[in-house]
Amino acid sequence: MTQVPRLHLTRFVLLVACILLFVAAIDFAFAQPFGVTRGPAPPEVGGFAGWILTKQAEFYRTLSGLIRAAKADGSAAYTLLGISFLYGIFHAAGPGLGKAVISSYLVANDETWRRGIVLSFASAILQAFTAVAVVGIAAALLGATAKAMGNTVRVIEIVSYALIMLIGLRLLWVKGRAFLRLLREQQQAHHAHDHSHHHHAHDHNHDHDHHHDHDHDHDHHHAHNQDHGHHHHHGCAHSHDHDHEDDASAWGHAHAPEPQELTGKHWLRRGLAAIIAVGLRPCSGAIIVLVFALAQGLFWIGVASTFVMGLGTAITVAAIATLAVGARGLADRFAKARPGAGMLLLRGLETAAALVIVFFGAALLTGYIVSERLLGV
Amino acid sequence: MLRIFLVALATLSIIAPAQAHPHVWVTMRTDLVYAPDGRITGIRHAWSFDDMFSTFAVQGLESKEKGKFTREELAPLAKVNVESLKEFDYFTYASADGAKIALTDPTPDYWLDYNDQVLTLNFTLPLKTPVKAKELKIEIYDPTIFVDFSFDKQNPARLVGAPKCKLDVQLPREMTFAEGKKLSEIPADEKNTTMAWGAQFANKLLVHCP
Repeated sequence: MTQVPRLHLTRFVLLVACILLFVAAIDFAFAQPFGVTRGPAPPEVGGFAGWILTKQAEFYRTLSGLIRAAKADGSAAYTLLGISFLYGIFHAAGPGLGKAVISSYLVANDETWRRGIVLSFASAILQAFTAVAVVGIAAALLGATAKAMGNTVRVIEIVSYALIMLIGLRLLWVKGRAFLRLLREQQQAHHAHDHSHHHHAHDHNHDHDHHHDHDHDHDHHHAHNQDHGHHHHHGCAHSHDHDHEDDASAWGHAHAPEPQELTGKHWLRRGLAAIIAVGLRPCSGAIIVLVFALAQGLFWIGVASTFVMGLGTAITVAAIATLAVGARGLADRFAKARPGAGMLLLRGLETAAALVIVFFGAALLTGYIVSERLLGV
Repeated sequence: MLRIFLVALATLSIIAPAQAHPHVWVTMRTDLVYAPDGRITGIRHAWSFDDMFSTFAVQGLESKEKGKFTREELAPLAKVNVESLKEFDYFTYASADGAKIALTDPTPDYWLDYNDQVLTLNFTLPLKTPVKAKELKIEIYDPTIFVDFSFDKQNPARLVGAPKCKLDVQLPREMTFAEGKKLSEIPADEKNTTMAWGAQFANKLLVHCP
């Protein structure tokens, strides 16, 4: 093995780590690490995260005034929609489970950025829809109290968090197994590494038998060459999956590729669970705005505001999701170039992303993390 | 190399999505109540909620006169408010000469009123054991910043029955770039071992007694 791939690996790892950390940076700045006591908090919080927080609060607080103004002067409605849109953008840039779960989901499932955008928008719109449905039915039609609405949201919450956890567990089952199997194989291959030199001439096609496993360390060039022949014609949406299989074959098939349903075709049906899990739970802010609009006799304007907010949220979430998909794409490209460590890295990444989802679901479900609460009503 | 990556992922996974969006704004007026012997006995809060949250909170509540609520009509809501606040330690953290002070649940005479579409929660948090302190510090904040607290501009806080003591109201810093920078240059003050970063935006009452 030459020095060059090693260098690439280091650089690649750093790059992906940087991107992921950037995605996480905003959240991180907001993060409250499980009530763990810490000393004086880092001053950076006053920076970017603080700015987002301030902006968001600023926009939110102008909403009530604008709703009131819209009552007297219809044109204030346009300003209201503009502010709602900005609020949505900033709101989603703050900490939130939506973008974290969606990003992790995309990384774990190896989805394309296009699908990421669709998932982001669908879940944000569903979120707006749930808020309107809760307030429209509970408050407007049934005259329910804030407390009753809070209870409704709590039920929705439990369903949503349970769903998040289930999605995560399912992914973890599939991805984690693949990762562990790969890890085991690689370790075995390492042991056998020395006496494998004379076998390399055989490693050219996809259908290798298991007994070639141990050849891996110096097979890379062959796998590589073979890759060149096979990958370029793949469409964007499917290329990743095929890459895996090719790489997997270089490893001798022993680790099963993910089940059929996790690849390609049924992504929307598969993604539906993620859309519902993330989008089901309405944002407290939207509910409060809707109730306020209702009290002003302008429910429709609250509805419009909520959907525009959802649009803003979707844009931010989609941007972050695209970033996550980009990081994943780099991982794929790297794995293609270096089947050994690359594949392991890829599987590790997927497993970790699945773990993130399980973690979110479990923590939210058990109340370990409080997503948003409605203060005692 | 792989380890670096795993560390990065581990970091990612530690992130708790504490949703730090303020959705409730509270304007506070706080009285610190002293006994004749100079010991502080309790903290009396009057918290006014923002108009949107106030409207939200009274949604669906029955009242004799439309748009108006009496103390009695609001009593059940007040009860829920106060009981829910327990979980969050009433967002009130006190220390005397550097030692944490235990507060008990509010006295039963709490109430809500509704004026000009603003809901105000009035309640008193007694100290478990009244203390005499040279340096008393009261901090009010929500660690997750779901609730944004700020003192009333005109009447932020008062000392009741402690004529010799001096009250100093410290407003939380503004969260802007410039402010953030400026603050990072200020040496970290004493032991701020309070939880989470919400503490940074605490509203502080400092009382110096001779």
